[in-house]
Amino acid sequence: MNSVRLFFVGGLTSYRALFYWLSPTIYIPSLIVAPIFQILLFAYIGRSAGLESDVFYVTGNAIQYAAIPCLFAMSQTVSGERYQNTLSAILVSPAKRFPLFVGRALPVMGNAFFVSAFSFAAGCVILGVSLPAGSIPGLAVVIFIAAFSCTGLGLTNAAISLRVRENAVLSNVIFGFLLIFTGANVPISELPAWMQDVSHVLPLTHAIQAARDLAAGEPFSDVTGLLATELGIGLAYLAGGLVLLRVFEWQGRKHATLEQL
Amino acid sequence: MSRAFRLFWTGWLFNMKNLTMSGFFILNATIMPIFFATIAHYMFASGSRPGSGLLYASLGAGMMGIWSSVLFGSGGLIQWQRWQGTLEYVISVPPRLIEVVLPMTVATASIGLYSIASTLLWGRLIFGLPLDFIHPAWFVVALVASIVSLGLLGLVLSSTFVLLRNANSMSNLLEYPVWLVTGLLISLSLLPGWTRPISWILAPTWGIRGLRQAAVGGDPVLPIVMCVALGLIYLTIGHYTLGYFEVRARKSGTLALR
Repeated sequence: MNSVRLFFVGGLTSYRALFYWLSPTIYIPSLIVAPIFQILLFAYIGRSAGLESDVFYVTGNAIQYAAIPCLFAMSQTVSGERYQNTLSAILVSPAKRFPLFVGRALPVMGNAFFVSAFSFAAGCVILGVSLPAGSIPGLAVVIFIAAFSCTGLGLTNAAISLRVRENAVLSNVIFGFLLIFTGANVPISELPAWMQDVSHVLPLTHAIQAARDLAAGEPFSDVTGLLATELGIGLAYLAGGLVLLRVFEWQGRKHATLEQL
Repeated sequence: MSRAFRLFWTGWLFNMKNLTMSGFFILNATIMPIFFATIAHYMFASGSRPGSGLLYASLGAGMMGIWSSVLFGSGGLIQWQRWQGTLEYVISVPPRLIEVVLPMTVATASIGLYSIASTLLWGRLIFGLPLDFIHPAWFVVALVASIVSLGLLGLVLSSTFVLLRNANSMSNLLEYPVWLVTGLLISLSLLPGWTRPISWILAPTWGIRGLRQAAVGGDPVLPIVMCVALGLIYLTIGHYTLGYFEVRARKSGTLALR
């Protein structure tokens, strides 16, 4: 019962604390306006290069932008506590780590879903992209799974933040990698073979492909395999993140480096 | 005159060293442009209109890095001085405020040199991009003109963003739109006509045009002249907005308030 309370109440409290600084004046430019302009930028580069249609860039970038809330908000679960000098107080507590950190991931996932879905819709309206009406529920499922798998990567990023101090830079770098490797803007088949191999073990790659298939009119049953893979990748990153948190927490205790900025 | 120049040089050099020591600035200035150059390269290489080439992508992505440095470096500059508790000293020293702030904003633009260098080096090392520019001397002139004009635009940003509570959110808001509207990786003719006047008053439009025309052929003189002209306009605006901020902060006694 304590773990359930920690999962929900702790997660919600932590996220409300995040919104203390992530106020509407920061939220709207960063998570509402910026993804729309990312879509527009790459749609216009695509037009300039004569590569793909606008729907390709709307699906790719709207889903890929889930990475921003996932990576930055999750890394804040560690670096924010460290900045406030409360990290050691949390890690010295007997609270189970799974509900402690995964509870914090739940609102992050919900926010990533909203950011992705909103930019998807806005991108479609601005660029005049029309989707088959029947694809919309399936797209919502795809975006939800993409938000989940990217939150798994975010948890891994949070764990690494126990060792890497410049976590904003790290989050930016991971975001950049995802922009290239997930096929958000370049068809994966056009990337070199080694990059294609990497793309298959990253979150978002399969979700983006599933969204494009649905937008092209394919039935939901045809993309379940892609979604299962995406879900599996998300679970793997989530598990990896929890293990890394344990390892780095232990190292931090051993070397007394938890609060070191 | 020599005192003003010495102050500028010393301030610029100090801030360049200071920013170079910042992992956040250096990694963002070098790595992020490489990501964008890579994507643009693959998009143009895979598309049906690949003529724009790798140099086009490298220079465009490098200029994106310069704009980001200016936006985040200059946009939050006064707020940063306030957080560090050094704003009072910046304002109360004998030289005028603009003489102290200008080297800082030009330094944030100069950090963008790392962006141009990293994208060109990336193109050379990974993709064998030949760096034999058509007008190498004009390339250097265009680069200096771009840096200075963007630094002067940074002066305007630093003195206007300070009036907002969240300068960083304004920086986030303006990063992608300016990349888009100044045609750093696209042809401006693709954008709606109403965006054209916006692109004309932004230095990155002319900076990238000057760099490209010096590198791949064309007349870089007009873009360089436009950079200089816009720089003078930014300087005038920055002079007044910075003065307004200083008077307002002194009168209301809000200099150190966050």
